[in-house]
Amino acid sequence: MSPRAQVYILAVLLTLMGAGLTIYKNRELGFPLLPGEYRTVWTIEAKVRFTADGGPVKAALTLPRSQRNMEVLGETFSSSGFGFNIVRDDDEYRAVWSRRSASGNQSLFYQLDVHQTPGAPLEQPLELSTEVDKPFLGAREQEAVRQAIYSLVEGARDRSADTRTFTAQLLTALNDPRNQDRNLIFGYFKDRTLVDVALVVLAAAEIPAHRIRGLYLEDDRRRLDPEDLLEVYDGRRWVVFEPNTGNPGVPKNFFIWQRGGKSLLDVEGGRNSRVTFSVISNDVPARDVAMLSTSNEKEALVDFSIYSLPIEQQSIFKLILLVPVGALVVVLLRVFVGLRTSGTFMPVLLAIAFIETRLFTGLAIFVLILVLGLWVRFYLSRLNLLLVARIAAVVVTVVILMGAISVVSYKLGIEQALTVTFFPMIILAWTIERMSIVWEEDGPYEVVVQAGGSLLVAVLAWWVMTNRFVEHWTFNFPELLLVLLGIILIVGNYTGYRLGELMRFRQLVR
Amino acid sequence: MGRFNLNQFLAKLRGGIVSPFALRRLGVLGMNARNVHYIARYNDRDLYPVVDDKLNTKRAARRHGIRVPELIAAFDSQPSRNRVLQVIEPLWQFVIKPARGSGGKGILVVVGREGENYLKPSGAQVTKEDVLRHVSNIHSGLYSLGGKPDRVMIEALVDFDPIFDKYSFEGVPDIRVIVFRGFPVMAMLRCSTHSSDGKANLHQGAVGVGIDLATGKSCHAVQRGLRISRHPDTEMPFDELVVPGWRDLLRLASSCYEMTGLGYLGCDIVLDRKRGPLLLEANARPGLAIQVANGVGLRTRLKHIEALDLEQLEKSVEERVAYSMEAFAAPRTMEQQASA
Repeated sequence: MSPRAQVYILAVLLTLMGAGLTIYKNRELGFPLLPGEYRTVWTIEAKVRFTADGGPVKAALTLPRSQRNMEVLGETFSSSGFGFNIVRDDDEYRAVWSRRSASGNQSLFYQLDVHQTPGAPLEQPLELSTEVDKPFLGAREQEAVRQAIYSLVEGARDRSADTRTFTAQLLTALNDPRNQDRNLIFGYFKDRTLVDVALVVLAAAEIPAHRIRGLYLEDDRRRLDPEDLLEVYDGRRWVVFEPNTGNPGVPKNFFIWQRGGKSLLDVEGGRNSRVTFSVISNDVPARDVAMLSTSNEKEALVDFSIYSLPIEQQSIFKLILLVPVGALVVVLLRVFVGLRTSGTFMPVLLAIAFIETRLFTGLAIFVLILVLGLWVRFYLSRLNLLLVARIAAVVVTVVILMGAISVVSYKLGIEQALTVTFFPMIILAWTIERMSIVWEEDGPYEVVVQAGGSLLVAVLAWWVMTNRFVEHWTFNFPELLLVLLGIILIVGNYTGYRLGELMRFRQLVR
Repeated sequence: MGRFNLNQFLAKLRGGIVSPFALRRLGVLGMNARNVHYIARYNDRDLYPVVDDKLNTKRAARRHGIRVPELIAAFDSQPSRNRVLQVIEPLWQFVIKPARGSGGKGILVVVGREGENYLKPSGAQVTKEDVLRHVSNIHSGLYSLGGKPDRVMIEALVDFDPIFDKYSFEGVPDIRVIVFRGFPVMAMLRCSTHSSDGKANLHQGAVGVGIDLATGKSCHAVQRGLRISRHPDTEMPFDELVVPGWRDLLRLASSCYEMTGLGYLGCDIVLDRKRGPLLLEANARPGLAIQVANGVGLRTRLKHIEALDLEQLEKSVEERVAYSMEAFAAPRTMEQQASA
């Protein structure tokens, strides 16, 4: 295979690999493709309150099961003075707080951060009991209620074709205040909620059903009581109904806390127990959300990456990862334009310094150091020093200049110039040395051309490297370096003319 | 309005830029194509030391019977003051060069003496100290690629054939021949001018004179990208210029292929009054300015050689030179052009 074909195959492979990993990280792990994307993270707090009797206390709160469209990013418990553990009870998790003796009002907190993801909220099939306990309505005084219930059931059955439509009809009837049967039933079941009544009626119709407890995620809601949904078994699968409207399906912003009819909170050794919820929404950078959710799952791609480094090293890498971008700019300008620079990749180092110093400060400092350095270098050249000693002398001069610039500008109140320390000293010294040779050999014009070319490339590299998209992509998708490598390989194969050559050879055409 | 301005801008650009298709049609070789198609393909890296170090070049040339300027001394390590002075003391004229210098950098030419001082071709004087400092600079790698420590060589000054005296201002005219797989494909004479400060680099204002491979006569001359017919300083018309002993010169260039093994090679040759053509240095990455000097693209000629069958590539130096002189003759000489 010819080297050229190999390059193309390699470049395509690298590009596909990089792009594939990027898409995977975006689609599956939720890393945002664009900077500045925010995700809403809901902080839900459950507050358990009760009055302890003075003896041993045990409070058990059912914890939410994992839900497909809600990702739990983190949870915290507060349990001052209480022993705490999480126990598995059937297929529910319960938080159990316990204490040998307690008296007075007690407050316990459970807090979790969730983030909504697209997808179906509930999993099917679910191993939930489909047995029906028919309500006992045989007593005499219940005759009227029983008749009302069966009349409702009959009416709904007439107007429906299957369990789903039956449930919808039933809920419509139960929500209709002009319906006599409904009013009679609610009159009998005083203080009972719509879902309680609906469950009784469904049981009478021998349809398996249970309640779903949960919360509507709305910002800044405090002291909420859990809300109920109705889940009905239609013979093959479970269908959720919003009881007030009769609409099937889980409402979009509903966070399911508990599925099935068991109690939400059990307190032993206490009275007046109550659980209330509060909901707050926060806008969190999408990347942080992705980091949190992947760190829970120990995703190898993230776990064995730059993100596993300490924050300080990460910020260094943020800069290092920009170097290849600068190198690409240099390659493009060299291969397609043909700009002359002093030292092939020196402009990239300059660009990195510019990132720290801001562009104009950086340019000013660079030109100042270059001019002063050249001046000193011209004097040094008259002293007949050996090259290494002379460059070392220039390095020392550069350091002194940097120090002087820092001190003087600080005294003058120009804090920006303090960033002068970010300039690579050795590179500056070599640049000065090389420039002075160019001056001697090719004249000052060539110095201006080369310094100008270097600065132009450095500014362009700086401009690309500080682009917020580029910054975002290089740090969050380091896989894109593979794509970059592919591009560089392909550019390295370009054998066409450079822009400068179109000018250089123009006389040949005429 | 914006459209109007854009058109103006494009028209302005068009004045200075030509279409890449036009260049391709003319067979102009670009830098990228040179690097990928010719240097990378025909020049093995392990052969570079022969040409990158002029001392190695000299040694190889001696083995292959190629004439070179006489080497007076070479210093491997940092020479002591006395040692250098001892060498240059008896000399009237000499050249100090870095063995691995690039682009003609670091070459100090001394053409005479003025008391204690040495004279440069421009008439400027340099002191003994300057010469010693120059030697020290060369040794510490100031002029070599990557700043590596370098060797210093002291050569005898070539006794230039006076034929070019009127075509050169202050400096040394040399002839660059591009040799591709042993076949000379293009040649030019580089004449320094006043504006090039005695240097023979075209981008510094030296005149590039394209030389017809068949005859050794000049066929085209260019300074700073513009066609000229006379030397800007001496007013000598180029169409009278003929390189003497042209076939010998081409033979010398062509035999550099066997010497270096490099497929794509630039040979810099000077004419000595008595010894004839001498190889000054060989270059594994010859520049592209030769196309401008000749007004002809290099690519067509390189393609021509590439299309030859293996048997023809096995030819001897003599046969290759004959082939090139016939195949790459300039279509029209300058006189014909002037009369047309």
